[in-house]
Amino acid sequence: MASFLAGRMAQSLVLLVLVSIIGFAVLHLAPGGPMAQFALVPGMSQAQLAAMSHAMGLDQPLPVQYWQWFGRLLAGDWGRSYRDSVPVLAVIAARLPATLELMVAAVALAVVTGVAVGILGAVRRHSVFDALSTAGAMAALSIPTFWFGLVTIYVFSVKLGWLPSGNRSTPGDASPWGYVHHLIAPACVLALVEVAVWSRYMRSAMLDVIDQDFVRTARAKGLTERRVILHHVVRNALLPMITLAGLELPTLLGGALVTETVFTWPGMGRLFLDSLGYRDYPVVMGILMVSALLVLLGSLLADLLGAVADPRIRLG
Amino acid sequence: MSQDHDVSHAAGPNRRRILQFGAAAGAFAVAGPVVGWMPAAGAATPPVKPKGQAVIGLSQEPTVFQPLKLHIEVDEAVYMNLFGTLWRSNPDGSFAPDLAAEIPTVENGGVSADGLHWRVKLRPDVKWHDGTPFTAEDVKYNLALLVDPKFLSGRRAGHDLVRDVTVVSPTEIAWRMERPYAPYPAILSWTWLGPKHILEKEADVNKPAFAQNPVGTGPFRWSERVPGDHVTLKAYEGYHGPGPFLETLVIKYVPDLTVLYTQFQTGDIDYIGLQGITPDHYDEAKTLKDRTVMPVPKATTENLALNTALPVFKDRAVREALYMAVDKASIIEQLYYGLPTPTESYLPMQSWAYNPDLPKQSYDPDGAKALLDAAGWKPGPDGVRVKDGVRLEFTNSTTAGNHLREQAQQLLQQNWGDIGARMTISNLPPAVMWGDYWMLSKFESAMVGLDFMVGPDPDATDYFSSQAIAAKGGGGQNTTQFVSPEADALLKEGASTVDRAERKAAYLKLQALVRRELPYLPLFQYAMVQGVKTGLEGYTPNINTQENCWNANQWRWA
Repeated sequence: MASFLAGRMAQSLVLLVLVSIIGFAVLHLAPGGPMAQFALVPGMSQAQLAAMSHAMGLDQPLPVQYWQWFGRLLAGDWGRSYRDSVPVLAVIAARLPATLELMVAAVALAVVTGVAVGILGAVRRHSVFDALSTAGAMAALSIPTFWFGLVTIYVFSVKLGWLPSGNRSTPGDASPWGYVHHLIAPACVLALVEVAVWSRYMRSAMLDVIDQDFVRTARAKGLTERRVILHHVVRNALLPMITLAGLELPTLLGGALVTETVFTWPGMGRLFLDSLGYRDYPVVMGILMVSALLVLLGSLLADLLGAVADPRIRLG
Repeated sequence: MSQDHDVSHAAGPNRRRILQFGAAAGAFAVAGPVVGWMPAAGAATPPVKPKGQAVIGLSQEPTVFQPLKLHIEVDEAVYMNLFGTLWRSNPDGSFAPDLAAEIPTVENGGVSADGLHWRVKLRPDVKWHDGTPFTAEDVKYNLALLVDPKFLSGRRAGHDLVRDVTVVSPTEIAWRMERPYAPYPAILSWTWLGPKHILEKEADVNKPAFAQNPVGTGPFRWSERVPGDHVTLKAYEGYHGPGPFLETLVIKYVPDLTVLYTQFQTGDIDYIGLQGITPDHYDEAKTLKDRTVMPVPKATTENLALNTALPVFKDRAVREALYMAVDKASIIEQLYYGLPTPTESYLPMQSWAYNPDLPKQSYDPDGAKALLDAAGWKPGPDGVRVKDGVRLEFTNSTTAGNHLREQAQQLLQQNWGDIGARMTISNLPPAVMWGDYWMLSKFESAMVGLDFMVGPDPDATDYFSSQAIAAKGGGGQNTTQFVSPEADALLKEGASTVDRAERKAAYLKLQALVRRELPYLPLFQYAMVQGVKTGLEGYTPNINTQENCWNANQWRWA
């Protein structure tokens, strides 16, 4: 286990450095820059823009800029946002809880619903429910999140008035119910695709297991069908789901970009889009590194949990 | 309204009268509130104590809270409520004292007859939100910081002419101007002041800790900022002016304009500012219950900028023919739902310097063709006109994703194609479009909305002076590279005299010159559809400010 962990850590570090080099290069080589937002400010001059660019070190050659950024990163200095001069880690730390809140809610919803639909679909293979859940999953995977989010707002906020039209809370209302009320719509929208994915994977994993010898043996022992399914089939079918949970993190982060924009949710996704728009390089790089770290950690955690859950898997 | 305003002053006020740039004279500024909004203002009796909350929805996020630092338009929505200026611009174009006790004039001894010596009296009862008295030392510190070379200042122009700043007493400050500079009062009306006693202790003035917990003299004090979401301000009950009547003011950031409108529809937002309600939602918005929705004019005009340094645009006949071939009415009526007003000038119609007598453009493709024929631009084998080896072919650029502009470009492509000019659309993301590509005149032609003025002052030196071409090392935004000795002379004349009649005469001529030379093809003056929840009283649009929440201290719920 220790050697496995050491190996994965080394791999992860190399990957993080590569991600930082590629991300930094792509970001800086893309045309435009952070000065553009000031270009149309009344009274702005090119000399002022050039002075600001110099103060930020943006007039240095790209490798020098990268090396300076990387050196500061190693020393624990992630830089400051070009927009509000706040340290990057503080900027991310301020927005991460909102994204985690949304993601945890969406994952919980997706796992519970997706696994349940997948189990039922497999147990009642070729039934009407199975056909409907398959068609529903295909539809959910095809619906653009942005559109679905707007339709949700239109129906449940504008027309029915049941849910807030966005935001994490109502200004001035700090009640827990207020937060939960605001969470319902974005969590459901973000969970939609995940429910489809989880239900399809679960159904498939169930079908892989359901006809195996040990299941037949369990039935032959006279166990009830309910006990066979829940204790023998589902437990074994859940093993690949642990890996899926780790690998779905990037998809969730991607989905959060759109969901947070539609629902004005002040999380990392919105921060990333805003920072990208303003070419706020330190913040974009910070988010990139944190996201890469989370994805690598998710993958590592999935491997570890898989090994713990399935004694046949040996690490190292 | 602007006609009347102009006539009242066109009789020839003398220099002494012009220096009364305060409330009475209404000089140096733009006039004209939107009449429809006015009855609401002041209708309800103000509450004794601040109460209630208003949520302002903006499509950009305020992020810079040091008001002297380089910032963008949206940041001023916070400044207007958190900080104070010496005086502010009213909707009718006059100035009203804020931190100053009175508007300095020749009569009250505030300004010398030659416009060089200033003496400003300050209110004695103003305190910063932390209880420290506001004094002349604060003003002196701010004026110095604005031109400090180490400071990333939001504006140096104008302030760099200030010399010999002297604190006469805690409530009086004096300075000398290097030369008379007429737009300076307008600049000061947009210069929000920060506290010396906090800012001078900052280790790095460009990354101030102050910005995380700013302290001002405005009607609202800082409460909290949730990054990416909102800024909350609370009533400052020690405010020196009227109000505030609201207990809480929330400035909410909603980046998507459709979502912003939806939140206005559902009542989550009480006032939509900045870009307002998109034109395609205007008809629906008018039918909303308990909402007041109305277009209000902005000082920004929409233009087609032509890079006059390029061979294809050097010939004035080409610029004129392109303008004649623009189906302006279709752009305004079909694409912008008839909201903007067609214009021939770079100045808004509410400006006292606006020239209403400029020749009106009319859509005339045949006339355009004849003009090009006469100028020697002959159609080539592919239909594109050519003269001396130069093809009448160019790109047009604007912000990618701006759907209305993209549709207008397609119409222009057709209009210009009809007269033998080939335009290719080459749009770019905002960070690219408005970077070096714009500032260093790397574009061929561009579609751009610009406010050419200095605050509410009609001086447009930054855009038309031959010394303001950044691509040639100048300091300004003359990105069309327009060079005209006549324009230079008129700009100098307009900015260096304090006689308003002389200034107006210069600016009328300048507008005629710019209309004739056409470095910009003027399309229309913007009108933004703004919406306010019924019951929120005191709201008054103000074309002389960047944001219409300039008087939120007077807002209140009925």
